[in-house]
Amino acid sequence: MATPLALPVPTREPRAVTPLSVLARRIASLLLVHAVLIAGAVVILLPFVWMVITSIKSPPEIFAVDFSLWPKHFSGAENYGHALAKVPLVRFALNGIIVCLGILVVQVLVAVPCAYALAKLRFPGRNALFTLVLLGLCIPIQVPALPLYMGLAKVGMLNTYFAIMMPFFLSVFAIFLFRQFFKGYPDEIIQAARLDGMSEFEIVWRIVVPSAWPAIAAFAVFSFVAHWNDLYWPLIVISDTNLATPPLGMMFFADAESGSNYGALTAAATMLTAPLVLAFLFARRRFIDGITMTGIK
Amino acid sequence: MASVELKAVGKSFGDVHVLSGIDLDIADGEFLTLVGASGCGKSTLLRIIAGLEVQSTGNVLIGGAPVDHLRPHERRVAMVFQSYALYPHMKVFGNIALPLVMSRLNVFERLPLIRMLSPRRHRVMPEIAREVRAVAEQLQIEALLERRPSQLSGGQRQRVALGRAMVRSPAAFLMDEPLSNLDAKLRVHMRSELADLHARLGATFIYVTHDQVEAMTMSSRVAMMDNGVILQLGRPGELYSRPATVKVAQFIGTPTINLLPARVGAGHVVELFGTALPVRVKHAVGSALTLGLRPEAVTAAPVALAARDHQHALVGRLHRSENLGAEHILHVDLAEPASGTLTCKVASEPEAFVDGNRRLALTFSPAACHIFDSDGRRIGDADVQSAAESSVPAPARVAVQ
Amino acid sequence: MSTSALAAPIVAPLRNRQQWVERFAGMGFAFPAFMLLLVIDIVPLLVLLYLSFTNYELGALDTRFVGLDNFRKAVGDAVFRRSLGNTFVYVAIVLPLAVGLGLLIAVLLHSRKRTRSFYEVIYFLPVTSTLIAMATVWQFLLHPSLGPINGVLKALGFHEVAFLSEPSLVLPTLAAIGIWHLVGFNMVLFLAGLSAIPRDLYEAAEIDGCRSGIDRFMTITWPLLGPTTMFVIVTTSITAFKVFDTVAVMTRGGPMGSSEVLLYAIYLEGYQYFHMGYAAALTLVFLVFVLLFSIVQTFALDRRVHY
Repeated sequence: MATPLALPVPTREPRAVTPLSVLARRIASLLLVHAVLIAGAVVILLPFVWMVITSIKSPPEIFAVDFSLWPKHFSGAENYGHALAKVPLVRFALNGIIVCLGILVVQVLVAVPCAYALAKLRFPGRNALFTLVLLGLCIPIQVPALPLYMGLAKVGMLNTYFAIMMPFFLSVFAIFLFRQFFKGYPDEIIQAARLDGMSEFEIVWRIVVPSAWPAIAAFAVFSFVAHWNDLYWPLIVISDTNLATPPLGMMFFADAESGSNYGALTAAATMLTAPLVLAFLFARRRFIDGITMTGIK
Repeated sequence: MASVELKAVGKSFGDVHVLSGIDLDIADGEFLTLVGASGCGKSTLLRIIAGLEVQSTGNVLIGGAPVDHLRPHERRVAMVFQSYALYPHMKVFGNIALPLVMSRLNVFERLPLIRMLSPRRHRVMPEIAREVRAVAEQLQIEALLERRPSQLSGGQRQRVALGRAMVRSPAAFLMDEPLSNLDAKLRVHMRSELADLHARLGATFIYVTHDQVEAMTMSSRVAMMDNGVILQLGRPGELYSRPATVKVAQFIGTPTINLLPARVGAGHVVELFGTALPVRVKHAVGSALTLGLRPEAVTAAPVALAARDHQHALVGRLHRSENLGAEHILHVDLAEPASGTLTCKVASEPEAFVDGNRRLALTFSPAACHIFDSDGRRIGDADVQSAAESSVPAPARVAVQ
Repeated sequence: MSTSALAAPIVAPLRNRQQWVERFAGMGFAFPAFMLLLVIDIVPLLVLLYLSFTNYELGALDTRFVGLDNFRKAVGDAVFRRSLGNTFVYVAIVLPLAVGLGLLIAVLLHSRKRTRSFYEVIYFLPVTSTLIAMATVWQFLLHPSLGPINGVLKALGFHEVAFLSEPSLVLPTLAAIGIWHLVGFNMVLFLAGLSAIPRDLYEAAEIDGCRSGIDRFMTITWPLLGPTTMFVIVTTSITAFKVFDTVAVMTRGGPMGSSEVLLYAIYLEGYQYFHMGYAAALTLVFLVFVLLFSIVQTFALDRRVHY
């Protein structure tokens, strides 16, 4: 049979498997893609690079008209020393850790049993509570902030760790996330545990929670990043420098320096950004997965 | 429609050779099946033909013309995927129409909103719709055109995938395990439907499967692959009756072929468990052989009646029998001097021939034996001589006790 | 006594007991969360609602019920109207760019194999960094005379640009920083959406004649990414709507109120001027907008069912 085929006729006998034109096109598109990605990456990295470089430059160099990427005189010690002497940076970081850990522990302790109850137990008011949780997801902290502030002021608890942490003790988001996770947990295992004589309390903490570790880790990353970086609420309830969280401390410091000593400012910024960035670089998959997981809901 | 030729096609990822030196001529209108266990390279070969993957060496020719430099759609092949790969957001109509839309309309005529302005689109679209309907009619899915893939059953999705392939009247249909996602019953049905479709379209089909039944029932020719090479290429019957290697013999046929250790005895006679069979080979005396015996070539008989002319018998003890209704599969532990187990397929209940000790004799004709050398290659018929034709005295019966 | 006689009467009460245990345990487990929900969200919300109808000021002796006066005042308040307008302008700039760039980078990255995690880390870096600290650095970067960005502009022969003190430029500049901060997050969400699209579909599309990357994007990627895109649009809108940190640190609403945004206005009214009643009313306005975005999201998520 003749082949009535309208196949494009090759211009030449292709000897090589991938002809040069195909190869050239592929390389060209690859170059374009990387050009775009690198250009974006430069913009993203610019502040980080400039922050670190400025933090080890001497003031004359910072104010010099001609720009140099690498400092001629290393003044890192002065800048970091000045920043550390002027404000308790280590204290800020410590505050950040105390606050974030405190929030996280209470959030998990409260949310896990509630999420388990919503996912696996039949009790009166379950649907109403779940509706409240869903509504709660839509309410940002800025909404209840005003009454909470007034309440804390009334009982004289402004300027305490408790004040920074209190509004975040309940994370409706954690309840929602854990509930979704527990929903997928096989009922058979829970029933087997009941047959083995375990109490519901033990089932939650000894059977269900260990398997929910990925969800808890993801939430932990999300919670830690969110509260380490939060400014709005600490700004409202904290005026005592010794209790400042990293962002608030940074703000205090920027105010105190009135924005002129850039060497010390960037040194402070470097020190307050470093903990999370380093944690991210070490556990980047956990971070990205955690924040994606919590982002997708 | 066109022929497909592969010339010394090879594919390797670094040091791993997935395919090596595949030569294959697929005639126009042929139904060729690539069969083999998973990981044998059959899917990779299909994807190379489609242009989804680039071969490391060799050439692919479609309709006599090299297509190595062509993109997948330029090769004019259609592919049916194991997952069907239907576009979930498009209705059945859109799915089938897509290949035509892509080839007949330009970028602007396809852009949302802007496409409204194109007068050519208004001329072309009814044409496309007509062709889509014609294909849908052939596959009896006209009623489904306005549904989305998620609303279809497995068999219906399968037909839509076929429709999307048919609508462009391709040079060849490439099918990658298209039936493996269907349940057993539907699979049997679709098997005959695919064979019908092939007969009706008269197109070239290249079909990949790991299921030997699909390979045997539908194809004009089967290429059995293993480890990146074609072990045997031939009509389905050939692969069954004259397997080129032990692996082919093991893969084709259910239950699996029995493999018994044998050796070349004095006078180049094949010896099985110390007893000479009336078969001679040219191989060196003392070299090891493998003797393949299909379960359906073995007959069971009471031990007392075992010895008959031109039959050879092994005695054993019935270990287990499986009742398949029309036939019974017997698993027999062979008794001394033989060893191992032998499977045989018989028509009647095993009670007909086992004695009080569940012992029975298994007989077979020497002509039904497949003989393989120590490398697992079939010893060609030219090298095998029936001992009866020669002057060697007939060997003793294998019957024991 | 036979075992069956023993077992029979126990079965029914056991069922009831299990039910009872579940009820008790369920309510017990939910109780702490419910109490906190009450204290942190529900009661404050009611108080907020009440406050918005009063002229309460912190420390004031005399508080009256003023009905809708606070809302009426807001409608006529130039500062509030400007801050609401500015917030929308900010959202209007951030939304398309943060979503579009996030999608672009995700699509480019998705097909990279070896370099993917390298770029992923870089683009994600701003998400984990402390925005306040980075805002300080941006302030320096954008400084008219000292900043390297102006340095480059001057080197290229342009005039120096006062990014943060030129009223017409300040919002776009803050928006750019917002985009810088958000784009990695959106990228990661899009990447997750992309990896959910089966590879088979792209191959089928290629065989069916989708020649170029743009064809494949229009035929497969964009439609199948629809639900993800909708979600990213809503979260980006809400995040952008809540802009506060950069304003508080870098501009404080200036110059001349040109960067006043809603949350900053609420912050000033409530915690600097202590106009609690008025701040409560503004907070409610803020809440209404956030809820609107959330409702859009709920509808958008329903679309998922189709696929």
